Amino acid sequence: MSVAHVYDRDHINTDEIIPARYLTTDDEAELAKHCLEDLDVEFVKKVKPGDVIVAGENFGCGSSREHAVWAIRGVGVQTVIAKSFARIFYRNAINNGFYIIESPDALGKINDGDELEIDYKAGLIKNKTTSVDINFKPLPDFALEIIKAGGLINKLVQKER
Amino acid sequence: MSMTITEKILAKAAGKEKVVPGELIDAKIDVVMCVDVTTPPAISMLVEKGIDKVFDPERIVVTPDHFQPAKDIKSAELHKRLDEWARRHKIKYYYKLGRAGVCHALLPEQGHIRPGEVIVGPDSHTCTYGAFAAFSTGIGSTDVAAAIATGQLWFKVPASMKFVLNGSLGTGVYSKDVILAVIARIGTDGALYRAMEFVGPALAEMSSEARMTITNMAIEAGAKSGIIGFDEVTKQYLDEHLKEKTDYTVYESDEDAQYVGVEEFDCSKIEPMVALPHLPSGGVPIAECAGKEMDQAYIGSCTNGRIEDLRIVAKILEGKQVAIRTIVVPATPTIWKQAKDEGLFDIFYDAGCVIAAPTCGACLGGFMGVLAAGEKCVSTTNRNFVGRMGHPESEVYLASPATAAASAVEGKLADPRKYL
Repeated sequence: MSVAHVYDRDHINTDEIIPARYLTTDDEAELAKHCLEDLDVEFVKKVKPGDVIVAGENFGCGSSREHAVWAIRGVGVQTVIAKSFARIFYRNAINNGFYIIESPDALGKINDGDELEIDYKAGLIKNKTTSVDINFKPLPDFALEIIKAGGLINKLVQKER
Repeated sequence: MSMTITEKILAKAAGKEKVVPGELIDAKIDVVMCVDVTTPPAISMLVEKGIDKVFDPERIVVTPDHFQPAKDIKSAELHKRLDEWARRHKIKYYYKLGRAGVCHALLPEQGHIRPGEVIVGPDSHTCTYGAFAAFSTGIGSTDVAAAIATGQLWFKVPASMKFVLNGSLGTGVYSKDVILAVIARIGTDGALYRAMEFVGPALAEMSSEARMTITNMAIEAGAKSGIIGFDEVTKQYLDEHLKEKTDYTVYESDEDAQYVGVEEFDCSKIEPMVALPHLPSGGVPIAECAGKEMDQAYIGSCTNGRIEDLRIVAKILEGKQVAIRTIVVPATPTIWKQAKDEGLFDIFYDAGCVIAAPTCGACLGGFMGVLAAGEKCVSTTNRNFVGRMGHPESEVYLASPATAAASAVEGKLADPRKYL
């Protein structure tokens, strides 16, 4: 069961996702403890593995800190669905093999606490709570290749061999 | 076929005749910049995967800056990891404490930025180097790991947006006010995934340092890069700063190059600007916010911690007292020494400021001026997100060095023009 954590806001930035005061570590489990801390201190208490974050435009704007992706992945979130993503966050997610979903309509069709089922291949989000289906455009092939390899570094290792 | 300056640089880096926006390319990287917070994770990735190598120890520039000198045990560990790696690979341009500085001020100053080249670094403000007709962009740790090991990265060629800066800046108005006005107009994602190309007569009157303030904040509009074409001002800066490798290629946008948008600005109408919390796009003319009480003024960072900025601040503070905590952070050791030699430190000391060692420090809420709950800081930095400089309930007001200095004197947001 994947529960949606909806933040109906644009420009949720890297300082909110993982404040710089925690950037002295790159340990994913440690970063996860502070995921979204400056946006919603309750988030880490309520989030369960497999859950989903839903947000507005320009998610992940600000810093290049990959720690933002690590904190979100570390806390067990399976994907972030946003109207749009900031460029570096988008790159960082793909480079980590972390699938993110760009969807202009999802925010309006998912309420906080709704149960979701996501078919990444088909580009389909099923809102089990409201029985509404939301289509999304799957990531482009080059990104899927990196994700399939388990991230950019793994792809690099494959190439080296 | 016509191309923008950005497309030409990327085409060269990809070994192609031409590239078009949206095209995926594998580009050769000319310079990889490495800092303390985001590079150690990249090093660990490479070590763990058994590919602990560097593509060229002379094309990697290393400087700890975010939390240097180490602010605590954990940041000391980050520095240690960076240091061991830089020594192990005999990185030629490794700036250790004493010569280390805020990366985006340090690299141009030390002659590592050349027109026509591709520069990447694991810091979002790496777009700064576009001020020298180069393509530069911020990347994450995984990307920097790949760049360190292979000297190559994948890019999607960005579409370009043109920003025409007409007119002349009035007294007390600076390049920081221009970029805050630009971002206020187009928004925090107004240039998402784009290259922001700045042109126009107002630029001709700006020094390379002032131009860096503009390209530095391209990321605050969501852009991949910011770029300014080569001219006499660029040439003069490079003549003074390039050391070992002094040759470079100048690219220019074709007259009929394609832009996804053109925005024109009459710079003579721009007022001193302040970006209100909590987005860099919250810029308003000083008249709309003057009088708002502040607790601290912060002068420094990759946006406005260069010697020119410190001179402006000194001019305003000379013979006066600051009314609030005022922290001056010269961005590099060279700037620090210049400011000292020029007598600026005496002015800062007499006015009641504290002068810090070069560091990114409190700009990102690290140390050296972090805010308590409810505190307000007027800052020459680039971001005013929630919790950026400290407690999530603190507030950051972005402004030029002149506005920050005038505000320091009055203890509240103030128009610098009355002091100039």
